[in-house]
Amino acid sequence: MSAEKFQNPVVRWIDHRLPIFSMLDHEKYDYPVPKNLNYMWNFGVLAGLSLAIMIITGIVLAMSYTAHVDYAFEAVERIMRDVNHGWMIRYIHMNAASFFFIVVYIHIFRGLYYGSYKAPRELLWILGVVIFLLMMATAFMGYVLPWGQMSFWGATVITNLFSAIPVVGDSIVTLLWGGFSVDNPTLNRFFSLHYLMPFVIAGVVVLHIIALHRFGSNNPIGIDASGPQDTISFHPYYTMKDMVGIAVFLLLLAIAVFFFPNAMGHPDNYIPANPLQTPAHIVPEWYFLPFYAILRAVPDKLGGVLLMFGAIAVLFVLPWLDRSPVRSARFRPLFRIFFWLLLIDAVALGYLGGKPAEGIYVVLSRIATAWYFLHFLVILPLLSVFETTKPLPKSISEPVLSRSKSANAPLGAGLEPAE
Amino acid sequence: MAKSDIKKTTASKRPEDPGRRDFIVIATNAMAGLGAAAVAWPLIDQMNPAADTLALANIEVDVSKIAEGQSITVKWRGKPVFIRHRTEDEIARASATDMSDLRDPESDQARAEKADYLVLVGVCTHLGCVPLGQKTGEVRGEYDGWFCPCHGSHYDTSGRIRKGPAPTNLEVPPYTFLSDSVIRIG
Amino acid sequence: MIRYLIVFALSLFLIGPALAAGGAVELTKRDWSFNGPFGTFDKAAMQRGFQVYREVCAGCHSMKYIAFRNFADLGYNESEIKALAAEYEVEDGPNDDGEMFIRAGIPADRMPSPYPNDNAARAGNGGALPPDLSLIAKARANGPDYLYSLLVGYKDAPSDTSVPDGMYYNNAYSGNLIAMPQPLYGDDVTYADGTTASIEVMSADLTQFLMWAAEPKLEARKRIGVAVVFFLSVFVILSILAKRRVWADVH
Repeated sequence: MSAEKFQNPVVRWIDHRLPIFSMLDHEKYDYPVPKNLNYMWNFGVLAGLSLAIMIITGIVLAMSYTAHVDYAFEAVERIMRDVNHGWMIRYIHMNAASFFFIVVYIHIFRGLYYGSYKAPRELLWILGVVIFLLMMATAFMGYVLPWGQMSFWGATVITNLFSAIPVVGDSIVTLLWGGFSVDNPTLNRFFSLHYLMPFVIAGVVVLHIIALHRFGSNNPIGIDASGPQDTISFHPYYTMKDMVGIAVFLLLLAIAVFFFPNAMGHPDNYIPANPLQTPAHIVPEWYFLPFYAILRAVPDKLGGVLLMFGAIAVLFVLPWLDRSPVRSARFRPLFRIFFWLLLIDAVALGYLGGKPAEGIYVVLSRIATAWYFLHFLVILPLLSVFETTKPLPKSISEPVLSRSKSANAPLGAGLEPAE
Repeated sequence: MAKSDIKKTTASKRPEDPGRRDFIVIATNAMAGLGAAAVAWPLIDQMNPAADTLALANIEVDVSKIAEGQSITVKWRGKPVFIRHRTEDEIARASATDMSDLRDPESDQARAEKADYLVLVGVCTHLGCVPLGQKTGEVRGEYDGWFCPCHGSHYDTSGRIRKGPAPTNLEVPPYTFLSDSVIRIG
Repeated sequence: MIRYLIVFALSLFLIGPALAAGGAVELTKRDWSFNGPFGTFDKAAMQRGFQVYREVCAGCHSMKYIAFRNFADLGYNESEIKALAAEYEVEDGPNDDGEMFIRAGIPADRMPSPYPNDNAARAGNGGALPPDLSLIAKARANGPDYLYSLLVGYKDAPSDTSVPDGMYYNNAYSGNLIAMPQPLYGDDVTYADGTTASIEVMSADLTQFLMWAAEPKLEARKRIGVAVVFFLSVFVILSILAKRRVWADVH
């Protein structure tokens, strides 16, 4: 079947022996994609792009970096001052890390809204949560490498989380450190793992994509495609739609890199690490703040750690907490309200995580934490039973056809109708 | 939903790529390619020597303290540079050599701006070892210049290859005399 | 979802600054030449600022990450930098006898520090460590405005505040009690270009110099940034048009 597909004899020769071109061709044309995906479906590709940017700039930075407590800070400054274009490459690496998290958070909330975690896509979702966990570990270790004040104290605080484990906690922390505090051995192993983990992530991403292609993308309506009239080929339609997303993503990233490179960082990380003096007010990178708020909301050390990890663990079992057969929030009026409340709750947690752990902030953190778990553990299971959902359309084409006039409005194409 | 059903039907209906001949689509793809190429440059250029490395690409050396017959070794661009204050005898022998005896013919005048001081990159042109002959008492080879212990190359008092596997004379780095006593290498 | 998400994101942008504000001290906001997408450094101000650093700050504060060759950015030529570097003494070695020796600086050298190590610096300053200034403009929130406000912020303590020995009252400093005595009073230096050395001018010049030291690639960054943003804006528009062209036949 592949032989006559390609005009180029070299391509044909290779493809006969190594059918990579057939595979690409298959993904481009034969893989059916629902025709009604909106721009929220760009964020998977954007996350992949972010990972690629991080790996490429990271490999390049590693060429000039020195993983030693006496030289790491200086090595980064040398990159910023002396290495050709080093400042640009480092600022891209710094800001693309934040953008990676922004993109992935939107990707996650898109999945939550449109019920993309529901059967038969439970494993697809779980692999996504695995990627998210690996990203957090990678980002945390990467932030230690410049060996500034926040690097050092972030590493100290986060590794100390493991000391909450009963009996073996202290031994585990000593093992992680390779000593009795965060020091040179810690920095070296973090560098090693920070270099390794992105490739592990890339491997899980491949699994994520294999799982995705088993049943294809979910869509804003959340019902399965019923035939060819509901789907279009990936190329050129979604390649071009993804191009728009990539262009906007790169534009925003460029604005951050070239005009606000340190806006998402912390000034204290431009002070070399000092193991004898903690900064007045230490905070993790912004993308960890919601989890940090949950950690601090609990007055008990072990309880806080458990709850923080529980906040992610709950995502693993989400497909079995929300049993409603209707996927998309478009047809679930109550779920939709709670979805937005959850988003507000998550942002509130992020805000509270950046505030000092005192007074009103502690109370609010506790309320927000309680709401987070209430949403997943109580509200979703109850909603699956008691919510009256709106009637589902018969096929993807039906509502698409009915609004084909309005969809052609300038720039309105691609936005779904009001919900 | 059985996926195989969709596959059969869509595979037969492969769309004619509407972008193939469209100017705007071609321009967009061209811009994407151009952008990718532009991004590649900083990623490659970062491997070139950095500003602090380049700042040490030329050095200044005071040669007035080298006694006649003595040599010093200085580090320049990560390599040893030999500076020998030659004796009258060494200069005489170097300039008297018959060109036809040389594997890589070069006159001594062409190799030393001031005959008193010979400046050489101390790296054997064979496979990159550092020849002996700088310190008093070291083996200087059959021609009283330098001797490379790795594979037995002999250099004369002008640093020219006379015997052994090395193909060319010891390299003379670019240098200028800033004054009678200070040279700038690089 | 998209519409609500956009509304949500915009409202975050609007209320975000309001929530983030409320710092303890008011900073003087100045319209620095390096602000904005087309910002550049003021070379004359940086040269004056460097003079203030040399004559006032350098006694206690190091600038370890700055090399003499970097002063080319301030507008000095090669021979001026060479002469400047030669005014400093740099420890080098070991020599052939195994001993460290002092030589004149060369452009490739970093600026020598006033103290051999942090402990010596602490001992010489009543226990307080004068921070290295190479990155100070990035190591403090709102760096340039903060530095300027701090330099002009020495005031008499209000009557209800007692100032311990070795501490000084400063408006811009968090907690108001700072271990650094007031460094600038006005006319501490004589500017070669005849500029009046008022405390405001000196503070602004010094800030300009320190901002350059912390972010020497700022001008290149903004220059390249303007070109990149322009390129990508065109790319965004083109890709939207191309997408609509490709999707025209989908119903």
